[in-house]
Amino acid sequence: MRPESMKYFDDFRNQNLLAVEHARKNGKKVVGTYCGYAPYELILAAGAVPVGLCGTSQSPIPAAEKILPRNLCPLIKSSFGFAITDTCPFFRLSNIVIAETTCDGKKKMFELLKEYRPMHVIHLPPGADRAGAQRSWLEEMNLFKKILEDTCEVTITSESLWETIRMMNRQRIAARSLHELNRLDPAPMTGIDMLKALLLLFFNADYEYGIDLAYQLIDEVKEIALKGMSPFPGGTPRVLLTGCPVSIGSEKVVTIIEKCGASVVAFEMCTGYRGFSLVEEDNGSDPMEAMAERYLNIPCPCMSPNPGRPDLIGDIIKEYSIDGIIDITWQACHTFAIEDAVLQQHNREHWGNLPFLHLETDYSTADIEQLTTRISAFIEIMRERREYVPNKQ
Amino acid sequence: MSVFAGFDVGSLVTKCVILNNGNILSSSIVDSRSDPEKAAEKALEIGLSKAHLTKEDIAYTVATGYGRIALPAVDKTVTELTCHGRGAHHLCPEARTVIDIGGQDSKILRLDEQGNMIEFAMNDKCAAGTGRFLEVMAHALEIELDELGEFSLQSNNPVSLSNTCAVFAETEIISLLASKRPKEDIAAGIHTSIAGRVGNMARSFGVHSDLMMVGGVAKNVGVKKALEDFLQVKFALVDTDPQITGALGAALLARNSFEGRSQP
Repeated sequence: MRPESMKYFDDFRNQNLLAVEHARKNGKKVVGTYCGYAPYELILAAGAVPVGLCGTSQSPIPAAEKILPRNLCPLIKSSFGFAITDTCPFFRLSNIVIAETTCDGKKKMFELLKEYRPMHVIHLPPGADRAGAQRSWLEEMNLFKKILEDTCEVTITSESLWETIRMMNRQRIAARSLHELNRLDPAPMTGIDMLKALLLLFFNADYEYGIDLAYQLIDEVKEIALKGMSPFPGGTPRVLLTGCPVSIGSEKVVTIIEKCGASVVAFEMCTGYRGFSLVEEDNGSDPMEAMAERYLNIPCPCMSPNPGRPDLIGDIIKEYSIDGIIDITWQACHTFAIEDAVLQQHNREHWGNLPFLHLETDYSTADIEQLTTRISAFIEIMRERREYVPNKQ
Repeated sequence: MSVFAGFDVGSLVTKCVILNNGNILSSSIVDSRSDPEKAAEKALEIGLSKAHLTKEDIAYTVATGYGRIALPAVDKTVTELTCHGRGAHHLCPEARTVIDIGGQDSKILRLDEQGNMIEFAMNDKCAAGTGRFLEVMAHALEIELDELGEFSLQSNNPVSLSNTCAVFAETEIISLLASKRPKEDIAAGIHTSIAGRVGNMARSFGVHSDLMMVGGVAKNVGVKKALEDFLQVKFALVDTDPQITGALGAALLARNSFEGRSQP
């Protein structure tokens, strides 16, 4: 059965829009963001409202392709398309948009987007493991802090930053606790509902409300699980979905996986495990440094090397009794597409050679039949393995 | 004696295999056209009459292929990947890598010793390197599809096609014909082109010996030879019609399901 509390999550985009409009009317500044590298703690400490901008549906892609190349990642095309067609209300409401130099496609797209809205692009170092990278990243954080202070006409103090760090940490702990419910076998929540709930948590303007809602949902799901209920029958293969960010509007692969008879129990993505890490709370240290460190260590393939990602996946496989890994790459996303080979090697050498499927797709519905065939066959492989391997851990 | 039926409802033709506990009793191949359900009914009818059986004798049915969901009366549906793997393993238990070229896609499967599929790769969103590609090219050359393979073996100097896209390759063939290139050289070039496309997919996947080729295109000796030359490996020899491998796999899975041994 579906948790009652999920109904609050179903309409989160509209609720969030109202909250952002309300904040803007009350004189708050709105800061549009595109990526998990955007330091929300800092935006909140400036008294501004951070909001995730649209970029997860097919609709504005044809408009974007008038300017951008067609053979480009749909996330980039969709983000750009929403902005230039003025169909993302959050973009319209943003006083300033912040972006990051993650992949080549995004950073060059942002150069074009500057025409449409005041923007600040935060420069990421190409890797996290050198002293120079840490220095330059802290400098970028300080520069962004200055821009926020000018935009919002405030001074961000250490105290106010520690306060928002603690709040964001609580939010991430809530999100992770919710996600961890699906360690149970069979999973008490569908992957689609989990994705929706995580999105509300990550992109909701009213944080305390979001955290309360998360714990309400957690309590309800625990009760459901205690009664032995699940949306899935026992023996349903358990999938880890890793790769490019999947969201509502671009959730087709999750839908197909669950329709074909497996459950997505874990998301190693931006709205998922890649976003759960915390800022170390040590009042003796500098909050800017503590915050900068957390963001620099996000295991995103735009970093080279990116050893954190296979480490994280290895942990998830153990914690969630994963039967198979599906690695999703958006069309023409080189960083994730190439890193697939790294994951496959780790799978062969360290993860027990689990069934592994690499899918490349976009936001369109053109390949649903082909995806369904592949995913069904993959589920058949996982089922056979579940049955024929008697000593499955 | 229990009898089982397997259907493989492909994009171009529908195959049916009738099986008892261990032997293929009969098989049939009919055109899929626009009505997969009718095609399956007809295939079953032919299969049953060849085996001197009636519908009532069938204990369990499994359907596979693109049209599998269009058959309301079957007991179970399984993907064509798993079915081709099962069928190939039954025909050649040593096979570890299976290349299947069907009407609208090509696939490479890797099997373990028990015939379980452990990995697969498929072509993407495109008819290059498939039976449909061959059909278009045979039409452009005005040669019957089932004669194309033998015909191409006469060539000593295959042309090199630069297009893998069926539409562009057809245009290329028309201009090759206009420049009076021998038809057999063009036919051989078509087969080399498919072999390159499918062979590269197989190579990137890693070809493990005891290689087997199944699916309708395996009937084309020209493609088979071109793939053997490309991969430098010989295919396992099997007497059974390669086109019915998927339906055979479906029938074997019907038997397993009936006996409650395996639930893929």
